[in-house]
Amino acid sequence: MRNKSSRFAIPYVVWMAIFVVAPIILMVVYSVTSADGDVTAENFTGMGLYLSVFTRSFYLALIATVICLIIGYPVAYAMAKEGPRFQRLAMALIMLPMWINFLLRTYAWMSILENNGLLNQFFRAIGLLRLLGVDHLSLIRTQGAVVLGMVYNYLPFMILPIYSVLVKLDGSLMEAARDLGANGFHVFQKVVLPLSLPGVLSGVTMVFVPSVSTFAISRLLGGGTQMMLGDLIEQQFLGGSYDPHLGAAIAMVMMIVVVVCMAVMNHFGEGEEQAVML
Amino acid sequence: MAKELIRLSDCVVKFDDEIILDRLNLYINDREFLTLLGPSGCGKTTTLRIIGGFLTPTSGDVFFDGQRINDVPPHKRLVNTVFQKYALFPHLNVFENVAFGLRIAKVSNDEVKQRVLEMLEIVNLKGFEKRPISALSGGQQQRVAIARALVNRPKVLLLDEPLGALDMRLRKDMQNELKRIQQELGITFIYVTHDQEEALAMSDTVVVMDGGRIQQIGTPEDIYNEPKNAFVADFIGESNILDGVMRADGVVELFNRRFQCLDGGFAPDEPVDVVIRPEDVDIVSEDQGQLKGVVTQVTFKGVHYDTIVDFSGFKWLIQTTDYCPVGSRIGIKIDPDGIHVMKKSAYSGMFGDYSSYSEEYDEIGDATMEPGGEDSGDEE
Ligand SMILES: Nc1ncnc2c1ncn2[C@@H]1O[C@H](COP(=O)(O)OP(=O)(O)O)[C@@H](O)[C@H]1O
Ligand SMILES: [Mg+2]
Repeated sequence: MRNKSSRFAIPYVVWMAIFVVAPIILMVVYSVTSADGDVTAENFTGMGLYLSVFTRSFYLALIATVICLIIGYPVAYAMAKEGPRFQRLAMALIMLPMWINFLLRTYAWMSILENNGLLNQFFRAIGLLRLLGVDHLSLIRTQGAVVLGMVYNYLPFMILPIYSVLVKLDGSLMEAARDLGANGFHVFQKVVLPLSLPGVLSGVTMVFVPSVSTFAISRLLGGGTQMMLGDLIEQQFLGGSYDPHLGAAIAMVMMIVVVVCMAVMNHFGEGEEQAVML
Repeated sequence: MAKELIRLSDCVVKFDDEIILDRLNLYINDREFLTLLGPSGCGKTTTLRIIGGFLTPTSGDVFFDGQRINDVPPHKRLVNTVFQKYALFPHLNVFENVAFGLRIAKVSNDEVKQRVLEMLEIVNLKGFEKRPISALSGGQQQRVAIARALVNRPKVLLLDEPLGALDMRLRKDMQNELKRIQQELGITFIYVTHDQEEALAMSDTVVVMDGGRIQQIGTPEDIYNEPKNAFVADFIGESNILDGVMRADGVVELFNRRFQCLDGGFAPDEPVDVVIRPEDVDIVSEDQGQLKGVVTQVTFKGVHYDTIVDFSGFKWLIQTTDYCPVGSRIGIKIDPDGIHVMKKSAYSGMFGDYSSYSEEYDEIGDATMEPGGEDSGDEE
């Protein structure tokens, strides 16, 4: 500890050591041992069984992230462009659902999407179901429902970082671009977009990581048909197939894949990141 | 001979009912170096923004080459701007910053390269192509901004206090550079500054502004020698501004004494403002003087002494190479061509009294600029 103020960091360091570093070490230890305590690689070699869960997890998380980006960027852009009153209102609307418990929100989607849920009742009432000659539309227990749940829950984490970068963009840069002959599209393509990449990167990270590891959404909206990594890991610790060693190994692999993805992406956007820190 | 290129006609700009520009009328000739000069907040940037197309006047018209361009967006105008804070693109290096306009215009790669390098050479930044913007000093950034604008070969270059962040010596160098570039490329420059010395040194035409109005338009000599009102006289150089009465053509009364002057055309006994430049006053012995006073303060300025003299309560600034100690009684003489008579205006009585004189005039107005981190090492 070089100076006095760094003493204030002690609680944080202790906290991190107990609740972040220690669990990771435990996880590593668990993943390379068997139930008898022998060191083994079996946990990893047996994982091929779950390849489909891995691919589904990353695939659905990727789709959710892309949709969040497609919706989130224009929203953030519009917010940053409007006046402060609109910004406050939009911010409140985006934050409001986050004050409601995550599970409650997801249960709400269940009752909307169910075979006898609000949407199907609505379709029935307007005669759409009769027109199609079906009893109900299968909305719940599909990949679409899972992706919808992820997008709904994580969209704010895409909007906010992009918004906070865009709102700080120096307006004179856009004027300079227009002065140099750029039309609206060129200004966006050559100035706004590259300068907002750091916000996009952190938005993508903040949506992708929780999406990959989500378990409640896939269980509630996927109805067990769309098992994802989170569910798989949960089963190893709490569920019927109790095997914390395998669970730790799966969690490890997932973590490594995510870290590698993020590292590649951050490397890709490094130049821009520096630029914004100016 | 000189062709009119830009005309602002009765331009009014209001923000929230506050009048920022009040019926501005101004025309700018092709290849002219025109300077908008005035204190901070007088509407210089606003005027440039009208010409650049970033602001549409609340009323009034803008003409370019005879065409009304009120509704032409900035990217379609043959005008480029050097912004007050440069506005360089932080995600691009020096080369790509300068190349920005050419890339938009889809100029071929070879030509981009050739023109950018040529322009970097003109602004003395050869070899800096690969540098990131953040690794440049204020002076270098400023030259990148100039190169980025000029490489597009605009008809008109707008410069908004481009030298404000530079230190004194570099500023002088850059003034000469800019003047040279302007003459070499034959481009119309519309230059904004609050520095009167800079304006006088560089311009063909100076437009003095205050409070959203044009106070005077003229050559630097006109503006200095024949200021139209007390504001212009005070803002351009140093002036003693006195209340006088015009007794007849060529005769003005100051402190109940009549002086010869060269001005005329006033009503008999019309009250006027009289400007006497500090360097136009000769100090003589007390008995030979047209007016007599007591020296109250002397400051050595290198070439001359700033001498404050009290004439029965009204203090004058006199610049003289003769040293007169504080407390000495002196007389002064003023030649007829040293007296300039102006009509009374709203500014009468507000300026030109040195009673509260301090060293204030050394760097008037520089307070608005943040200091730019200047390295002098690699500047030439
Ligand atoms: N967007 C704006 N909204 C309201 N007032 C403004 C705006 N832009 C400039 N002004 C006001 O207009 C006046 C002139 O500004 P400006 O043209 O920037 O002055 P200068 O460049 O001469 O220092 C100032 O009083 C400034 O506060
Ligand atoms: Mg300004």
